[in-house]
Amino acid sequence: MKVLQNIGIVIFLVGLSIFTALPLLGTFKVETTILEELVADNLIKSELFIIDLEKEVLEKEFKGIQSLSPIIVNALENANATHRKNKEYKKITYTNSRSIAESIAKKSGVGFIVENKGLMWFMTFGLGIIGALLFIIPQVVLLGPKGIKNDGIYHQNSTNRGWIAWLVFIFLVSFYLLLYFRPEYAVNWTYLVDPLSESLSGNPAGHWFVYGFMYCVVMAVMAVRMYIKYRHNIYQMVRTTSVLFFQIVFAFLIPEIMVRLQMPYYDFKNAFPLDYDFFFQWNLKTLLNSGGIGIFILFWGVILTLVIVPVMVYFFGKRWYCSWVCGCGGLAETLGDPYRQHSDKSLFAWKVERWLVHGVLLFAVVMTGMTLYSFFSETGTVLGLKTQSVQNVYSLAVGSIFAGVIGTGFYPIFGNRVWCRFGCPLAAYLGFVQRFKSRFRITTNGGQCISCGNCSTYCEMGIDVRAYAQKGENIVRSSCVGCGVCSAVCPRGVLKLENGPEKGRINPTEVLLGNDVNLIDLVNKK
Amino acid sequence: MDHIVIIGNGVSGVTLARHIRKLSDNKITLISAESNYFFSRTALMYVYMGHMKFKHTQPYENWFWKKNRIDLVNGYVETIQTKNKKLVLADGSSISYDKLVIATGSKPNKFGWTGQDLKGVQGLYSKQDLELLEKNAPNNTTCKRAVIVGGGLIGIEMAEMLRSRDIPVTFLVREKSFWNGVLPAGESTMINEHILEHHIDLRLDTNLEEILADENGRARAVVTDKGDTIECSVVGLTAGVTPNIDFLKESGIKLGKGVKVNRFLETNVKDVYAIGDCAEQHEGIGSRRPIEAVWYTGRMMGETLAQTLCGKSREYNPGHWFNSAKFLDIEYQTYGWVFSEGSKEDYEHHFHWRHPKEKICITIAFHKDTMKLLGINTFGIRMRHEIFDQWLTENQDVDHVMTYLKDANFDPEFYKLYEDEIVAKYNAEFDKHICAKKKSWKRIFSKA
Repeated sequence: MKVLQNIGIVIFLVGLSIFTALPLLGTFKVETTILEELVADNLIKSELFIIDLEKEVLEKEFKGIQSLSPIIVNALENANATHRKNKEYKKITYTNSRSIAESIAKKSGVGFIVENKGLMWFMTFGLGIIGALLFIIPQVVLLGPKGIKNDGIYHQNSTNRGWIAWLVFIFLVSFYLLLYFRPEYAVNWTYLVDPLSESLSGNPAGHWFVYGFMYCVVMAVMAVRMYIKYRHNIYQMVRTTSVLFFQIVFAFLIPEIMVRLQMPYYDFKNAFPLDYDFFFQWNLKTLLNSGGIGIFILFWGVILTLVIVPVMVYFFGKRWYCSWVCGCGGLAETLGDPYRQHSDKSLFAWKVERWLVHGVLLFAVVMTGMTLYSFFSETGTVLGLKTQSVQNVYSLAVGSIFAGVIGTGFYPIFGNRVWCRFGCPLAAYLGFVQRFKSRFRITTNGGQCISCGNCSTYCEMGIDVRAYAQKGENIVRSSCVGCGVCSAVCPRGVLKLENGPEKGRINPTEVLLGNDVNLIDLVNKK
Repeated sequence: MDHIVIIGNGVSGVTLARHIRKLSDNKITLISAESNYFFSRTALMYVYMGHMKFKHTQPYENWFWKKNRIDLVNGYVETIQTKNKKLVLADGSSISYDKLVIATGSKPNKFGWTGQDLKGVQGLYSKQDLELLEKNAPNNTTCKRAVIVGGGLIGIEMAEMLRSRDIPVTFLVREKSFWNGVLPAGESTMINEHILEHHIDLRLDTNLEEILADENGRARAVVTDKGDTIECSVVGLTAGVTPNIDFLKESGIKLGKGVKVNRFLETNVKDVYAIGDCAEQHEGIGSRRPIEAVWYTGRMMGETLAQTLCGKSREYNPGHWFNSAKFLDIEYQTYGWVFSEGSKEDYEHHFHWRHPKEKICITIAFHKDTMKLLGINTFGIRMRHEIFDQWLTENQDVDHVMTYLKDANFDPEFYKLYEDEIVAKYNAEFDKHICAKKKSWKRIFSKA
């Protein structure tokens, strides 16, 4: 079994290495038609840029995107600079230079990778999946009888912030940086999933399609790991199945199929304000121009946030969203599960959490207010602030860096819910409902707690669960995502997630059950 | 304002200190030679197993003590001068007190076995024991085999710990079946099976004769009363614990096995109290033993004594017995009293149900004439403390328990429930026609 696992690691690493090397490989040849299409698609009016491109790249072969991309980016920036100087504002190209580079590269790839998409898919994703499963599945036997299997988590380099964890950290951070800020380097990856993308939406794959596909694959493989690790715990099995279903069907398949049906791309479970650009002008315009379905989506998006989300939180706690439906939560609960113990449990971290997460919520709400004001009053500024600039800051700082680079990249170091805990505005909103108007709580079982601290250690949201349990108090915290792991790891059966009557949900206790002091007496004397 | 000095920073001493601070402005000093800060002893096993780091066993952050004005002293108390209310520490310094609380806990039993003090022979109780085990048994090349002597809760925990590092373990248990002085036969049998399932070499009905030394004074093997010699690198002595009170012999404080206390947790000396594992009641309360080395009783004594020390004199009055443990992968909870075949009274009858395949079972003890509930043991099923506490207080009979058993279930959501099977077996065995009622939030939280 161990041998099988080691073979798995080797296969996985081979797949990962090829995948990692791909951005720098491949051959690109820019044909005349590509430039013509580029001009037509992006309404490029700068002849300077076109001439430059024709001179520098046309019909030439480039080895690796790193030799092509800088030329395009430079050409565009130079052209724009010249136009600005000459006040030829109509000739300036506003499309991001990286996107232009990406769309040129996407069409100009030639050679082995483009001609062998299936094979290359197998050599990267295929090997990765096979290798990972070969590593994971033997655990059915290796873990022994079913039960909590946390042996060695703090002895292993990979789960105890050792060098493997730091390598994973570097890899994830680099991956997100590339995805957000150098998308043209992802172009070889997009070839691998072109066949799938074409069969779903009819279009070739872009880098977000690669990301979406990879997200599903990673979640599915790591869900297998969850199924094996928690095979004694039906709650974990059901929950894992649920997040996996919503990711694959709602976040990945339905939006792609909607595109094929000429509808707007929309993830029906992605609620505002997590879906922060829902009310952005471009989105509202797209929706309003998409006929019945557009209006329906607009209606659904509003109802989802204002009615469905809070009502469901009232009945089930915010877990119904955060650890059953949400894509961010889904990745955290599968890929992130081995790192859940790294969330900081200190009081200081809790203070930081409250300032940050509510700050982001406030930011999102103010930004959306500005956006809507601008939309209806048709002005670009509110109180002297440019709406567009505020949106750009949010998109960059929160949407890309916080949610992506830090949120996922920092898994191995700060735990798997960094984004959900410190950054997600939707989580902050659901948290208010959960804390003040909900039936959900984690019940503490009388006086059974022995303060061992497994619950606190494995709480991914950094809640000091033990602090409540050892006092016999129920846990009612706005940040709790209801993953159920505290209850699972408790060796004494002290914790249970449940939805019960609101009355008595919060139960501060002076003396725990079992110590029969006269309670009336106690209260009177106070 | 009194100066209250507490010897021992375990759960009893710390609970006491916390509650005194809640109730008063008394000066509080907490003395320990074991660790600077309070940690949860019950979690030491998880540190060795790699589930946690030591810092995770500390329920309060380090700033907590200063903020709550609880002075921590790292020192070992050598003598107590009760006449002039003074403690002398091993480093020669002394501390005066107005009120003194002894909360020094336990130490592992040693029964005078030959070789019990050799290197590689150890118990598992303190932080130092954990550190020693890390040295003695870091892996299965340094520790080729460990022998554990004593089939109680610490013994099985130690076996689990060592197995987590793939160290072969031989487990010597004096009884004919694991923990059968406490557990009824059906449950004890199930745990025997589970121990074997974890590849632990369980030797029932076997006693330790002596521990053999190698030329370096390290344990190299044990000899059992069956005549077997078992080669090993580590010997775990887990034959129970005894109050840690040797330093009190000359103090004038009345001692039995532990520090003798009355229901107010007072010793024979004025202004000296004892709580937790080291306290011995003059008579056991109810069916409880005079010395209860249990986590939560230590905590409760701390809660109670804090009231007394802050001017609201209060008897220690533990309610219905309850407890819990975990045997490898099987969780165990008990509410009320379920005695083993060897120790139960004639009137105590048992109803036992065991899952045909899984390691899940329950035993309900009741009075054979009145059918009144005496207690329940559950393995692999979690039950609500509140509900059973209430049923025991109300003197409910077993029919009532069966009818409302679904209310008491505390398993995580979506778990398969076995109440219908349990009730069916009960009906068949006692010729009853009980139909288990659906779980009701209203009943469960009626007390809230």
